[in-house]
Formats: sequence, C-alpha cells, structure tokens
Amino acid sequence: MIALPPPKAEILAQRDAILAALRAMLPEDAVIGEPVRLKPYETDGLSAYRQVPLAVVLPRTTAEVADVLRYCNRMGIRVVPRGAGTSLSGGALPLADAVVIGLMRMNRILEVDYENRLAVVEAGVTNIGITQAVAGDGFFYAPDPSSQLACMIGGNVMMNSGGAHCLKYGVTANNLLGLTFVTIEGEVVRIGGEHLDGGGYDWLGLITGSEGQLGMVTEVTVRILRGPEGARAMLAAFDSIQVAGEAVDAIIGAGVIPVALEFMDRPCIHACEAFAHAGYPLDAEAMLIIEVEGSVAEQDALLGKIRDICARFAPLSMKVAQTPEESAAIWKGRKGAFGAVGRISPDYLCMDGTIPTGELPRVLRRIGEMSAECGLQVANVFHAGDGNLHPLIMFDANDPSSFARAEKFGADILRLCVEVGGCLTGEHGVGVEKRDLMGVQFSEAELDQQRAIKSAFDPGWLLNGAKVFPLVAGAHG
Amino acid sequence: MLTPDTESALAALVAAADAPFAIEGQGTKRAMLRPVQAAATISTRNLTGITLHRPTELIISARAGTPVAEVEAMLATKGQMLIAEPPSYAGIFGAGNATIGGAVAAGISGPRRITGGAMRDHVMGVRFVNGAGEVMHSGGRVLKNVTGLDLCKLLTGSHGTLGIITEVTLKVLPRPEATATLAVNAADFATGQRVLSAGLGAPYGVSGAAIVGHRALLRIEDFAESVAYRIAKLRQDLAEHGASEIIEGEASRALWRDVAEATPLDLAPDDAVWRVSVKPSEGPRLAAALRTAFDAKLMLDWGGGLVWVAGPATEAAHRAVMAAAEDGAFLLFRAPDALRAAVPVIKPDAPALATIARRVKAALDPRGLFNPGRMQAGF
Repeated sequence: MIALPPPKAEILAQRDAILAALRAMLPEDAVIGEPVRLKPYETDGLSAYRQVPLAVVLPRTTAEVADVLRYCNRMGIRVVPRGAGTSLSGGALPLADAVVIGLMRMNRILEVDYENRLAVVEAGVTNIGITQAVAGDGFFYAPDPSSQLACMIGGNVMMNSGGAHCLKYGVTANNLLGLTFVTIEGEVVRIGGEHLDGGGYDWLGLITGSEGQLGMVTEVTVRILRGPEGARAMLAAFDSIQVAGEAVDAIIGAGVIPVALEFMDRPCIHACEAFAHAGYPLDAEAMLIIEVEGSVAEQDALLGKIRDICARFAPLSMKVAQTPEESAAIWKGRKGAFGAVGRISPDYLCMDGTIPTGELPRVLRRIGEMSAECGLQVANVFHAGDGNLHPLIMFDANDPSSFARAEKFGADILRLCVEVGGCLTGEHGVGVEKRDLMGVQFSEAELDQQRAIKSAFDPGWLLNGAKVFPLVAGAHG
Repeated sequence: MLTPDTESALAALVAAADAPFAIEGQGTKRAMLRPVQAAATISTRNLTGITLHRPTELIISARAGTPVAEVEAMLATKGQMLIAEPPSYAGIFGAGNATIGGAVAAGISGPRRITGGAMRDHVMGVRFVNGAGEVMHSGGRVLKNVTGLDLCKLLTGSHGTLGIITEVTLKVLPRPEATATLAVNAADFATGQRVLSAGLGAPYGVSGAAIVGHRALLRIEDFAESVAYRIAKLRQDLAEHGASEIIEGEASRALWRDVAEATPLDLAPDDAVWRVSVKPSEGPRLAAALRTAFDAKLMLDWGGGLVWVAGPATEAAHRAVMAAAEDGAFLLFRAPDALRAAVPVIKPDAPALATIARRVKAALDPRGLFNPGRMQAGF
C-alpha cells in the first residue's frame, strides 16, 4: 500500500471551527461535514484506497471556489479538487485533514459558438455532456475517455485525459482554448481565451495535466469540431501478438492514420465477447479494431487499403462493418472491456503505461511471463496507434496478498514500459498510484525541478497533497 | 559567441556562468520580441544531428541545432512531415538556416495550426539545461504521456528564457498524398471570414483557412481521391458565398507556403510587423480598426483568428494594435530595437499570473542567466 502523509493534528483539532467558517461563506447545502455524508467521497476510481476527508464543499460559482481556497490557504488547510471521482490513479483520493472541493454543481454549459467552433462550460459538465449539447448540429468534443458518461471536463483538464480517438484528434491539451483558473491564494485568472496561441508562456499547456497540483479550474473553453460525414470500423484477427503488431506498423507505415486503432489480446477478447456478444474471433491471439472516417466511398477506399495491408499478415479473419449498426457492435465489446473484465474477476487494477509501438511484442511477452510468475491473470487492451497500454490485472481485494501481488505486478509493468523507452502513464495520470514510481522515469534533480514549479503556484503545498510527487521526508506533502 | 559541441559542455558552461547570456540557435529570429540584455551569446548551432527517427511510431528526435531543413529532408525520405509546418520567416527576418530547437523555443506554427495543432501540440519530449546548469528532460519519445508536469509545453514558446533546449522529440505525420485549395472570391474580410467559418464547420477536414487579398482560401490535404471528392463538395456547399476556383497540386502548395511566410503582406523594409490572435469572428473587426488607425497591410490566417499586420514602426501604431486586440493576444513580431525595447511586445499576464511567472522563472533560471529582457523588460 502507498503511504499517505500524516494528517496535521492542529487542523484536525479545529474541525468544528473550519466547518463553521465554510458554512459561513457558502450556502447551507454546499458544506458536508457529517461522517455518514462524507463517506461517498472517501475514494475514487482507484477504490483500493479510501480516506474520509475533513469536509466536502460543493460550490456553485467560481467566486465560491475562490473564497474556499483563500480561506484554506490562510489557515494552512490541504485541499483536494474533485470532479466525478472517476480517476483510476487515485487523483481525487482525499486526505484526513483536507477539504474536498467537488465541482459537480458547476455543471452549466455557458456558451456554444459554432462560428468560432468553441464551447464555454463549467468544470463540472460531463465529457459526454459537451458532445450531447452540440451533436444535433453535427459537432462534437473530441477526447473520449472510457468514463466519458460520468467524468467531468474539469477532471479531464487536470489529468489531460485521452481516449480511443486521440490518434487523430489528440488529447485534452490539444482541444482547449482557455480556462478560468483559481490560485491557492484565491485569485481568479483567465488563462488563454477564445483565441489560439497568443505568445507568452503556455500556462494552458502547463496547467493541463497538472493533476490539481497548481490550482483549480472552474470554467473551460473547449474547441468543438465538426464531425465527419461518417465513420466505420473493421476487425482483424491474428494468431500472434507479434504479427498483429507488425500489421499496425504496416498500416501507419503506409501513411494511413486511422481515427482509432485498438488492440486486444486473447484474454480480453474472450472477456469482452462473453459480455457483449460482439462476434469477436475466439480463436485469435490478438485482434485489432480499426476505424476510419469520411464519406461512404472514402470509408470503402480506406478500409480497402487497410484490408489489403492486413491480408499480408495472414489474418485468421477480417470483418468490415457494412452499416453503422455493425460498427457499433464492433465497438460495444471494446468500450465495455473494463466492465467485461470486472465480470470475470472480483477486482482489477487498470494500468496505463505507454511504450514505443515497435516494442509491443517484447513487452506483451514479458507481461505474460510476469503474469505466470505472480499467479495473477492479465487482460491487455490498448490504443495500438499510440502505444498506450491498458493491462488489466485481476485480483481479489478480499485477499491482501493478492492485492499486494497485483500492485507489484503493475509496478513491474510500468518499470518495463519506462525501460523500453516509454512512460508510466499515457492518460490516467500519476495520482497516488504511480507516485512512488516517479523516480523510475525522472532523476531526483528533475523531480526537484518539477517540485519547484509546483511551489511557484502553491508555496505552502496545500493542493492535492500526496499525489504525483514522492513524499520527501520532513518536507512537502 | 559560445558554441558548445555537446549537451554536457553546454551544461558546464551554464553552471560556471556569472553573467547573463543571449540564447540562440542560428539567430534567425533574433529580431523577434525584445532585444536581449546580455554581453555574451550561447548558440546551440553545434548540437546537431537527428538522434532517432521511427517512421511507424510517428516520432523523430533531433538535437537542437539541427537545421529544420535537415529534419524535413529526413522525414521526406519516408514520406513524412512536421505537422506544424514551421515557417522560416525569411521574408520577415532575412534568410538563414533556422534550427529545430529555435522553432520549438519560438513556438512557431504555420497554417495547419487551425485544425492540425500548434508546434507545442507535437513536442513529445525535450531535453534542456536549466539555469543551474543541470540537464533535465520532460516527456519522452511516445505519443501519449501525462507523467509529471508538462515542461515540454512550458518550454515551447518560452524563447529561451526558462531553459536552453538541447534536443527535441516531435510527433510527425505522413505527408498527404495530394492537396488542393478552394479559393472563394470575397469582397471584404467579413465576407471572407464567413466563408472560412462555413468551410471549417463542414465535415471535410479543412487543414488551412486564410484570407489573402480578396480571396478566402480553404485547403484540403489527404489521399488523392479524398481530396478530389472533398474539394468538390466544399465548393458545392460554399457556392452561395461567391465565385470560386480550385487550385491543385504544386500551385496549392506554393500558395500555402506564402501564407505561412506571410509573403502577401508585401513588407517595406522599415515596416513593423504584428501578429494578433483573436476569436476568428473578431478578425475582420480588428482588421478594419487597424486600417482606419494607420492604413495597415493585413492578412488573415487560422480561420480569420490570426491577423498579420504591417505598418509604421511607431508607438502610436503599437498602441492601436494593443487596443484593437481587446481580449485577444498581440505580439510585436518585427520592429526596430528602439521600439521593441520601449513597449510590451506580448500581452502582459494578469497580475496574479505575473507573480507566478516570476516564481516559475526563478524556479528554472534562479540567477536570471537566460535571455534577459527577451519577452518583457526586467525578466
């Protein structure tokens, strides 16, 4: 288990006074202090870790967020920002002496501007909520994390969330124009705006993906894009992981960049098929889902090119969707992958390393060996085009030794990712989960450099403590 | 001028330094922003060489002093390209052999920015020397990476004021098989901007949207059959806006090279140049205001949101640009030393952010060694 820093005794001792002060500055229903009502906030998507916070506040306006931050800064109280709590890395895990600032009541879409292809939304609007607001007019918001029905744009900004379609459309950072940002001192600052890059430091880029270490985001100006004329998917199944990897290289090497290029291994194919009945090939060792966009004729042409390339790698089978319904069926299994694994294992850890795609066969072979060594099953599903792996390690949370082995297995996979030239996290963030592995990817001097930049925003180290940076004895955290 | 041959020699130089430096590659953009207040110069021009190119991973790495042209030539051998199509600005600053480190440090993006992303969007990794003379890295050589604070983005466009970039890793893409441009006649900028918005709001994947003279230009790049289909559909969809023609192949490519380099501004030797970034629908208003203020020469890119302005190199003209920018951001791109030393050359940060900016600068360059005064006076 990863350690949380000891709570500040002087803060815990002032609990009642802190709650009273928060109640004085916010509407009655915006402050939660009763243990039974705090319980739902004790964890996030990394549910193996739990900690009830000191208090939860649910502001409705940027001014309220600023008031709470200003107060907490003055009092030296730690703050944990929270969106929907879907983080898989423990990014929203509370601390015992912290005030959780939840964004779920800031859920209004403030402006949609098709002429300038942007939307201004509050941070608590769900990811899918943005696309739903503009889909009727043919537009969409591109990043589509698997949790998009629940996760909030404020959390997406803080974690720089990705999704299945980033190969073409990029991640959150590539789809933003501006933020309303609140510093720990309670200052409200406009970052960026409704225009593209203006010159000056790229604060927007630095804050995006900063995991709540630098400040809070209350409003987001996102780019919205006109959707393509249509999209269609195909499946290709292979009898080895190596060959499937070679097919991926050949597709990209031929100058074809599909809008999505997803990979599943045998255990994952079986889990998803049992769950979704998508018609996946159960004889395959590896399967690709490849999606293209454009008019029907363009889809035919691109899928034809991809089919010809895959055919050179002796596929076991290929299936090109002929209708949107058939495409949806192909995607249904993939989109339900985490849930499908959840049906065959009581608990699982979802890892998130990225590797150079050329290292794929070697890394998957090694993951298979590690799985056998530690006696835990693993299913692999990932974004093949960009090398972002999601090994799902199955364990039993009722068995402490099983959880310990799963954590070690996960850490070993991430070390392997870094060793072959990749990184610890492609889209889920460091959070609590990968905090103590940061030294695998960064030197101590590099971590100190990042800490110094955090200190520039948060001199008292009150923002989202115990995340991202390994704890330093006697100092921050 | 100090021109270390290795990253470690550069780091040692910085560690031992006791006075500020100007930082540059080949110095092709030395005349951009403010004149640097330093007696000595460190150049990365001898840190050269492409260190990694994995075409199927869409990744290239090069040391900072490698010429952009060399990187592009290497990519071309595999049918690939730099996505941000960084311009040379030879027509603005004079010809030179611009380096890839300089293009990243200056955050240079061409017309594809409107839908393909900016230079900062494609910087997957950087190595740099900080003000303490330590070698640092951020990011890596993979396309998706959210590990730790994103110093790649912070360093990109920081003009050498936060660290000396020694090596960059960029995402690249296949060079499109074909390209074509729809040129729609537009009596004025307002009409042209409506054409661009309509084109960018259509489902055809426009990758360039500019107004030059009395024509709104929309670019499509893709496989040949897609380009043929999409450009025809676009023309049909936009027919109500005015007469149009389709420009194909090399003629189209030449047109966009000119847009990237702002060639249509037709600069006089003593013109000042500004770039103003606004919401696209604000471009025509800004253009009209500056025409009234000082008969500005104008060109619009990025769907109408990037306004290139040329005019007299006076404080009055600069004040007019700052005022007209309103909520947008201005950048004094070229001017005589006296003017660019006297005025804010980029939009100042809000006070709360300016405080943080000073602390961030101190975190990376505690002794204030790098490019003092480049982006703002006393910084």
